[in-house]
Amino acid sequence: MNAIQIRTMAKDFILKEFLPGERPENLTDSTELITDGILDSLATLKLVAYLEKSCGIEIAPDELVPENLNSIAQIANFVQSKQAST
Amino acid sequence: MTVAALHEYLEQSARRYPQRCAAVEASSGRQITYGELDALSDQVRDHIRRIGVRPADRVGICLPKSIASLAVLFGILKVGAAYVPVDSLAPPARNAFIFNDCGVRAIFVEASRAETLRCELARLAAGPCLLSLDWSDSPSPLATYLARVEADGLAVEDESARPGPDNLAYVLYTSGSTGQPKGVMLTHRNGSSYVDWCSEILAPDENDRFSSHAPFHFDLSILDIFVPLKHGATVFLIGEELGKNPTRMASVIAERQLTVWYSTPSVLTLLVEHGSLDARDDHALRFILFAGEVFPVKHLRRLKAVAPRARYLNLYGPTETNVCTYYEIPQTIAEDRSAPFPIGRACSHVKARVIDANGRDVPRGQEGELAISGAPVMLGYWNMPERTSAAFHVDSSGRWYRTGDVVIEGDGGVYTFRGRRDRMVKRRGYRIELGEIETALYRHPAISEVAAIARSEESGVSIKVFYASRDGHALSLIELKRFCAHNLPAYMAPDWFSHQQLLPKTSTDKIDYQHLMRME
Repeated sequence: MNAIQIRTMAKDFILKEFLPGERPENLTDSTELITDGILDSLATLKLVAYLEKSCGIEIAPDELVPENLNSIAQIANFVQSKQAST
Repeated sequence: MTVAALHEYLEQSARRYPQRCAAVEASSGRQITYGELDALSDQVRDHIRRIGVRPADRVGICLPKSIASLAVLFGILKVGAAYVPVDSLAPPARNAFIFNDCGVRAIFVEASRAETLRCELARLAAGPCLLSLDWSDSPSPLATYLARVEADGLAVEDESARPGPDNLAYVLYTSGSTGQPKGVMLTHRNGSSYVDWCSEILAPDENDRFSSHAPFHFDLSILDIFVPLKHGATVFLIGEELGKNPTRMASVIAERQLTVWYSTPSVLTLLVEHGSLDARDDHALRFILFAGEVFPVKHLRRLKAVAPRARYLNLYGPTETNVCTYYEIPQTIAEDRSAPFPIGRACSHVKARVIDANGRDVPRGQEGELAISGAPVMLGYWNMPERTSAAFHVDSSGRWYRTGDVVIEGDGGVYTFRGRRDRMVKRRGYRIELGEIETALYRHPAISEVAAIARSEESGVSIKVFYASRDGHALSLIELKRFCAHNLPAYMAPDWFSHQQLLPKTSTDKIDYQHLMRME
């Protein structure tokens, strides 16, 4: 899965699950998801479960930190690094 | 063992168990013995005395939960001052309001947040002394700080203050209906009467291992901090990040063999639903305590199946009294039960009654407002004499705090919660005045009208905001969420937003909340 595919997948999921009715162009690759309150802790857990299932990766509890998940760009980098290490 | 001042619990345990472990940071594993914690808080005491903190002053705490913040808290008490804890992740303007409102003499603040807090305080023309602890250059930021500011060495100067039981010990700020938080003033007696009641019910000893999940600005923390330290037990400090991570929390419970867990039902639900708690049967929990909101029976039943050996207590009480009633959940929950459990009987350290709007007793079996008197009832709201007197009913039988909670008294003095008589709701254990959310959103330049309502759902309370905008267009949901994240504590963020051309009005031109409740 390349970075663009991961970004598209994460963006679609976030829009559908947590931002119903939002215009897709308002959610950019750099929108701050956690620090700007788009994802609360429960939403973050749901996103992580989705990424694990659809990208075939396992995310350790210690990796649930804003540095890995605070934007779509960071999510794509993180998922790619996980895929590369498995 | 009743004490006059809360810090005496630590001092007595330090004499008795100097080498025992008092506190552990659950994330890092760092720990501190009773002797060390007592000595470190003595150093905090001497330092803040030297910079001018005196008995009856207030000192702010804006730190992540840690051994450092625990030592700071005791150092403040040892001066005879009161601690004022805030959520270090909350909007800086809100924290500055609290510190300014309370007139704190000094604030312990995490270095990375010091500058923004200083700017916000400057806007209010407030200038307390900021004592900045830096975690980036040391795992022991308090010791590093003290070594730097007291370069000549900190000889222990003299004794800790011996404040009277009715002196202020801490001020906890809760959501205020006028849009600004209000400070609940609590004394040493308020705290110690509750701690002693906990001793009676939990019968802890030095082998117990307590969780500390709630942040220090939340009243659940009073049990977490003072009950274990009174008994020479160990408290496991669960910080902000770990507290949101159910898998790691479940590991802490099992691996650290915690014996007493205390949190909101939301956190326990998170542990069962996402923490794989059910996959581990190696825990040592003897008590699971919950408070702050209604525990949906469906989730409680699942939790009991996972940890069947523990005793479960539903603790109830507003910040103004802390826990004042309790109910032990029966060993078996009937299959067909869906109604939440009662809030229970009055604790032994309080008196409770059910009254009407005029303060007259309501017959058993009828709805009325729960009123509480006795040792744990607050002094009042900081700097709000009118709000304070409005919160109490005074008659020949005493001074009764009106909780605002509508209850029914059943057999055996067991109270059942029925609802609120105002617009306060509880979500994830936090009190939220819907008016404070509205006030914050009115500050958004594009918003012309706002109304917030709360709904009780199976998963808990959700908050929905209806708004109208100046140009008649819906705002971006991202923009709304971002605005809330920067203007409200995270626990107050609404779950839903709904744009309306105009909000419905009553015949007197007020927002029609009843209509909004029926919408959707």
